[in-house]
Amino acid sequence: MSNAVSALNHASYQGFALVEEMGLQGMITLRGDFADATFQKAVKDVCGQDIPGQREVTVADGKGVAWMSPDELLVLVPYSDSASAAMDLAEALKGTHALAANVSDARVVIRVKGENAREVIAKIAPVDLSVASFQPGQIRRTRLAQVAAAFWMSGEDEFTIVAFRSVADYVFNLLKTSAIKGSEVGYL
Amino acid sequence: MLILECPYCGVAAEETELAAGGEAHLTRFGPGSSDDDFETYMFMRENPKGVNFERWRHANGCGKWFHAARCTMTLEVFGTYSAQTYEPPADLIKAIKKKRPDWPGYGAHK
Repeated sequence: MSNAVSALNHASYQGFALVEEMGLQGMITLRGDFADATFQKAVKDVCGQDIPGQREVTVADGKGVAWMSPDELLVLVPYSDSASAAMDLAEALKGTHALAANVSDARVVIRVKGENAREVIAKIAPVDLSVASFQPGQIRRTRLAQVAAAFWMSGEDEFTIVAFRSVADYVFNLLKTSAIKGSEVGYL
Repeated sequence: MLILECPYCGVAAEETELAAGGEAHLTRFGPGSSDDDFETYMFMRENPKGVNFERWRHANGCGKWFHAARCTMTLEVFGTYSAQTYEPPADLIKAIKKKRPDWPGYGAHK
């Protein structure tokens, strides 16, 4: 079997916050009817979580699920399990109007960590990142400068960013520039 | 800066997160229709000065299409609503009428 590598192979940069590529992450795009009991059970079985509410994300022990739109979820599983998890989902949802696609190799996951991590993101996304309006447990699909991305706070002072693999380099360099020492805004 | 609230994900999305989709509530005339009907569907737009109904897509977000009612003159946003409808919701029309008593009403041109 071929040796799978992530887009940037754990590249990292220490600015006023740490920017690091997280390596391989299993990800499944799942679409269907959230109100359907079969769908709810399939989600629970694959990642151990209930369907999250609007713009919410729950992750525990390397597994999780994120709300992407009223009919789309992003299921997170360990990379090695992603192919079988996608097949299990497809099997469980057979006969219902649903879709499960393994997109693990089409994405890049980058983490921004540090006291001023909010600022790194706030400079490049049209999102209010004040403590009052963005908290751990919330996910936001938006853009980072010129490309689409989604991010959530995976802890206090820590963001996990998901973007398309084809723009991994662009996103990493963008975050790097945004995190250059001395460019702190000190507002958030 | 134009800010529209996406009715699907509840985000107050600013313009750069959205993609404009032109006039809302067009009646589609497809294969088999008369040339006149097709021309109207294809080219004729209301382009009003004042209250306008538009289609928008939350492109850098949940990806859903939705509708917005806003003023082309002042850029005031009256409201946004779901794409699963053929006409604006009654309460929105009422709210606009209250703000713009001179507005002839939805569909007045048709």
